[in-house]
Amino acid sequence: MTPKTEEELAQMIKGANGPLRIQGGGTRPIGKCDGETLSTSAISGISLYEPGALTIVAGAGTPVAEVEAALAKDNQRLAFEPMDHRALLGTTGTPTMGGLAAANISGPRRISVGACRDFMLGVRFVDGSGNIVKNGGRVMKNVTGYDLVKLMTGAYGALGVLTEISLKVLPEVETTGSVLLHGLSDADAVAAMAAALGSPFEATGLAHFPKGPTGDPLTMIRVEGFEKSVNYRAEKLRDLLKKFGEATIETSDAARWQGVRDVAAFAGQDGDVWRLSVKPSDAAELVAKMDAKAVQYDWGGGLVWAMTDSGRDLRAAIGPFDGHATLIRGTADVPTFQPEAPALAAITNGIRAKFDPRGILNPGIMS
Amino acid sequence: MEMPTPNAHVLMRKAQIVARLEEVLPRDAVISDERETQAYECDALTAYKCPPLCAVLPANTKEVAAVLKICHEMGVPVVPRGSGTSLAGGALPTADCVILGVAKMNDVIETNYDDRYIRVQTGRTNLSVTGAVETNGFFYAPDPSSQLACAIAGNIAMNSGGAHCLKYGVTTNNLMGVKMVLMDGTIVDIGGAHLDAGGLDILGVICGSEGQLGVVTEATLRILHKPEGARPVLMGYDSSEVAGQVVTDIIKAGILPVAIEFMDRPCIEATEKFAKAGYPMCEALLIVEVEGSNDEIDAQLKLIMEIAASHNPVELREAKDAEEAGRIWLGRKSAFGAMGQINDYMCLDGTIPVSALPLVLRRIGEMSKEFGLDVGNVFHAGDGNMHPLILFDANKPGDLELCEEFGAEILKLCVEVGGCLTGEHGVGIEKRDLMNVQYDPADLEAQMAIKDVFDPAWLLNAAKVFPLANSEARRAA
Repeated sequence: MTPKTEEELAQMIKGANGPLRIQGGGTRPIGKCDGETLSTSAISGISLYEPGALTIVAGAGTPVAEVEAALAKDNQRLAFEPMDHRALLGTTGTPTMGGLAAANISGPRRISVGACRDFMLGVRFVDGSGNIVKNGGRVMKNVTGYDLVKLMTGAYGALGVLTEISLKVLPEVETTGSVLLHGLSDADAVAAMAAALGSPFEATGLAHFPKGPTGDPLTMIRVEGFEKSVNYRAEKLRDLLKKFGEATIETSDAARWQGVRDVAAFAGQDGDVWRLSVKPSDAAELVAKMDAKAVQYDWGGGLVWAMTDSGRDLRAAIGPFDGHATLIRGTADVPTFQPEAPALAAITNGIRAKFDPRGILNPGIMS
Repeated sequence: MEMPTPNAHVLMRKAQIVARLEEVLPRDAVISDERETQAYECDALTAYKCPPLCAVLPANTKEVAAVLKICHEMGVPVVPRGSGTSLAGGALPTADCVILGVAKMNDVIETNYDDRYIRVQTGRTNLSVTGAVETNGFFYAPDPSSQLACAIAGNIAMNSGGAHCLKYGVTTNNLMGVKMVLMDGTIVDIGGAHLDAGGLDILGVICGSEGQLGVVTEATLRILHKPEGARPVLMGYDSSEVAGQVVTDIIKAGILPVAIEFMDRPCIEATEKFAKAGYPMCEALLIVEVEGSNDEIDAQLKLIMEIAASHNPVELREAKDAEEAGRIWLGRKSAFGAMGQINDYMCLDGTIPVSALPLVLRRIGEMSKEFGLDVGNVFHAGDGNMHPLILFDANKPGDLELCEEFGAEILKLCVEVGGCLTGEHGVGIEKRDLMNVQYDPADLEAQMAIKDVFDPAWLLNAAKVFPLANSEARRAA
């Protein structure tokens, strides 16, 4: 089913008599999900873009690329740097704004500017009973009633089908530069990234590869802004991190950061792919317990991507930790999303039952 | 302002309720004497007062859980209270309620500079969170103007903002985790030292839920390293249209100032009399502040000054040092006090798209004449968060009602131009009955369904946020 309007979508959900598999562009098939496919791809188009107010509003089916192109014309961007999952998951198709929001997709810059959810200003959606609901709006500060915008962001369609989203955008930067450290142990790399984040120099990307492109460890710290400022901050960071070794500074680094964003190193490789949000200073120790085939650290250590042999339960291998692990790609017979503690799970289930009493929206997802 | 009729069955059992609470709390933590409960009769929306049945001041999460469990069992309404600085009546009691104050819970539990967070009990004041980390060069970013007094608990309840949120975001963007007690006494941990939710973003809906979903007793807050420096410029213009255009042009030029503040003529005149900051007399004054190293600040200010100069300012002043910076901020920081010298005032915080600024200011000016009440506008211009200050005389019969009517018209206008009723203060009782202007019944139903999950009996702060008619069936159940 591919409704063309919100009203049509509402009627389809009202009339549905079995589970629905909600889809944007179908490029991020994360989580178990059966049912008739309901695509939002035809509810598409940018309805409002005010560069001076840093605001854009678009239909859920609007291609991400269309929004990014419109923003680029006015020298602005989606600052949370959304990841493109296609290469990693071996999917084709067109990533949509609705999919982005439904899965709360961010990238390396999340550590400094916030996640997709932090840029979401408003949503319109249709709940599991077919009611059309709006929340938030198009202004940057809004505490009028409960913040269902955050709740809908990252809910993977389980609470309602997004039809329209409104986002805060930010100016594009003049230039970027990266400070590269070589040969660090995982623990030292996380410490170096923590030192950079604990400085006034505003790093906007901090990643570490135990095996970089040359096979040796590579740690990357990005700064962005006006050219002079980037030069200044990169040099300051190099000085600050002297005790971790001699750093080099690189200015044409866009491809490197796109690789971090899309976890390009794991694309086309055999194995399960896990994504772990952790307390950064725990990261190296957790990775040591993983027996992973490959690892990528992002967010200064707060985000760990791990590739393991197929079918393994990584959560069992590392034990309880402050954070959560999601099976992004793979065959392991485990819940895709981190099981929640009973009191929290009761709240989650309660909210799902209220928003989708018949349990028809992506019923198997987030479990 | 209508409030629900107090539950007579609860009022009747006051002695029993107090006795039960005294079983789980130290004697001095239960306040039931009518002379003392008066201290909790209102928050910063002082036009409305109602002493509670009693007030309790628990010292830790366990005590909070014990109190809520008793109230839940006995069907007693509870109104949580931070420092009582709400401008929206968020902590206004009902006669049949227990005020649960978190003021005693103000410890720092953990500070972690490597992972950049601080864990505090939520009775701690906003400014003292920064106070706990500033010797290490860190700060907590959300900075509501009540930050000296307001508690983190209230900041979380109202999703408080501040002058610097254009760059740093509001509370929800800086809150990583909470420990919360539900109405039935269940203790829930949500989030922590890691980023983003592993499942539904429950933390996202708790922040800004105005104390209606649970009592947050501990919070994990993101801390940031301070910038190397910050400096403002001041500019004055003959019209708000031009000032609005300057704001747009600065943002379009790719500069993201840490703050852009706007004041109109009535506000400038009032603050000049009061603080003598040396502001130019003009229709619109902007203060724009940027951060970074000295050279970085110079470079950004150069661009900003060029944009400002191209719009024929009546005044353009750059702070060369800390003293000049202080003078530029002096008037803005004393604006509320200055307006308060003239008369009583009501402070609104509707938010509008920046592009609608000239229209909205013009309409407010017209309405000011229609209602015969003066109004001054202070404004976080970067993010569209207005602060119209309507002056009235609390001792003059009918003036408060007239002022509220005027305020409601301004907020309706905000919604009409694509904005919202409240940008950072919250709905409370103040904007409760205007919620229907912004939201359809289905929108409100979806929000109330969340409360049904957390507090099925609707005992927590239940007479706030939603129009009484919309919540009536739930509250009566």
